[in-house]
Amino acid sequence: MKGNEVIAEAAIKAGCRHYFGYPITPQTEISETLAKRMPKVGGLCMQAESEIAAINMVLGAASAGKRVLTSSSSPGLSLKSEGVSYIVGSDVPCVIVNVQRGGPGLGGIQPSQSDYYQATRAMGHGDMHIIVLAPASIQEIADLTMEAFDLADIYRTPVMILADGALGQMMEPVDFEARQGREIPEKTWTACGHKNARPHNIVNSLYIEPEALEKNVLSRFERYKKIEENEVKYESYLTEDADIVVVAFGIAARISKTAVTRARAAGIKAGLFRPVTVWPFPSKQLLSLSDTAKAFLSVELNMGQMVNDVKLAVECRRPVEFYGRTGGMIPTVDEVYDKIISMSKSL
Amino acid sequence: MVVFDKPHALTDVPFHYCPGCTHGIVHRLVAEVIDELGCEGNTVGIAPVGCSVFAYNYFNCDMIEAPHGRAPAVATGVKRALPDNVVFTYQGDGDLAAIGTAETVHAAARGENITIIFINNAIYGMTGGQMAPTTLPGQVSTTSPYGRDVKIQGNPIRICEMLSTLSGTAYAERVAVDCVKNIKNAKKAIRKGFDAQIAKKGFSIIEVLSTCPTNWGKTPEQALEWLRTDMMAYYPLGVYKDKTQEEQ
Repeated sequence: MKGNEVIAEAAIKAGCRHYFGYPITPQTEISETLAKRMPKVGGLCMQAESEIAAINMVLGAASAGKRVLTSSSSPGLSLKSEGVSYIVGSDVPCVIVNVQRGGPGLGGIQPSQSDYYQATRAMGHGDMHIIVLAPASIQEIADLTMEAFDLADIYRTPVMILADGALGQMMEPVDFEARQGREIPEKTWTACGHKNARPHNIVNSLYIEPEALEKNVLSRFERYKKIEENEVKYESYLTEDADIVVVAFGIAARISKTAVTRARAAGIKAGLFRPVTVWPFPSKQLLSLSDTAKAFLSVELNMGQMVNDVKLAVECRRPVEFYGRTGGMIPTVDEVYDKIISMSKSL
Repeated sequence: MVVFDKPHALTDVPFHYCPGCTHGIVHRLVAEVIDELGCEGNTVGIAPVGCSVFAYNYFNCDMIEAPHGRAPAVATGVKRALPDNVVFTYQGDGDLAAIGTAETVHAAARGENITIIFINNAIYGMTGGQMAPTTLPGQVSTTSPYGRDVKIQGNPIRICEMLSTLSGTAYAERVAVDCVKNIKNAKKAIRKGFDAQIAKKGFSIIEVLSTCPTNWGKTPEQALEWLRTDMMAYYPLGVYKDKTQEEQ
């Protein structure tokens, strides 16, 4: 199945029955698939008038207690930014998909990873985080999309699937049944009509008194601490004895893995560390790798964004280099391999 | 024996509105309608950004605070999630007629079964009196200190007239709260909007000509008079669309 279609199918499997979105290349198949599938499962796939309207419809339906999905690509995420901040500040769960394309501005429609900073640093104004999951295969898209709905409900936060145009269009086999769902707390906070059985619920992000707003933000950051302690996901490939650890996520990790395998065949002790959660970032694991590794190489489809998280994680104990292409260009295995070789020469 | 009381749909939280502000009247009318319909337990209200941003503290039903202008989209999400609930928004000039115009127009175009209470006081209140899309030609505001110049700023927008052109709009009426007769009529209109929603007739909007004495630089009485002489001339009261008696 194609990546975009898998997102749609996985959402339905996770019990999502409300999707709001707007067409934008390269992710429009998500809403086209849901337009066909949702009516068949008693759900709603609505094409909103804009990405702004869509994220606000998400706020409404999720405040009413539903599992809700929206998807877009890079420029559309910029439009959603205000809505995401309100959703975070109101502690409302939802799942947001970014199938990244080249930027900035209208940019291009080919794959990129240049929204990493936006996703992990600036998805909305204010002190906030969202959980960001970075799949690197079609099976992982299925698993992480289903996991995203659980994480969102458990922690009352937006969860993003940070994909790219290549993953969206790729086709690989997928099994939707393998994953175990998680236990979800009851949603007692929703704006769904109090039925005269409880005081009215208010879903809101306005705290006009600074003391109250600080308290509200601090309590949200307590939840972020729990997420950092419990939800970090990553994959290691040949890192235990690696001199050069390549760090990459998503499509860049697929390319880097092949380059690492080829480097090993050429006698270079290379390895791949693949963050699956880019927020929370697997900092602890990278820090302990810096005991044994001699250097790190961040490979990305951008001008160097995750590389700075790698530097922070290893506390600059080791050299951290970067290789990337941007604008929709995809690094080749040869390019990454050549970079590993040149790094190995100066170790 | 109690002959007059606060509606149950209003909380005990004191309003923060200025002396002479008509928000208080309209809040009461909406709450009385909710009480009469007995639907408080089934209602979700969407609060705007503006002077009435704290509406979520004043109404006793479940409430959601929306980003500026986005209330009709938030209401759409709620209503599509819970079609049997009563969903209303309460919005001012900037919220509905400036930043939120697209969300307003498209909720109406889709015929969303929601009810919008639109407070038109021809100015931005909360942020201190700037020009609104509904500010009248020649009207002074902090961002039109020499009076609104239509050559630079265009003419004000008549929302009821505009939305009435959309087939999804089932009911659009403009009312005022400047005197007892008009207040009674405004309440009837609000009730009609809620009835239309419950009968699944489509989108309803009640535009309420209101005063803002503080930012108009007038006394409450002068403000009411200006509403009658100037606002009603540009924004005539009346029903602009009524499909509520039609069969589906």
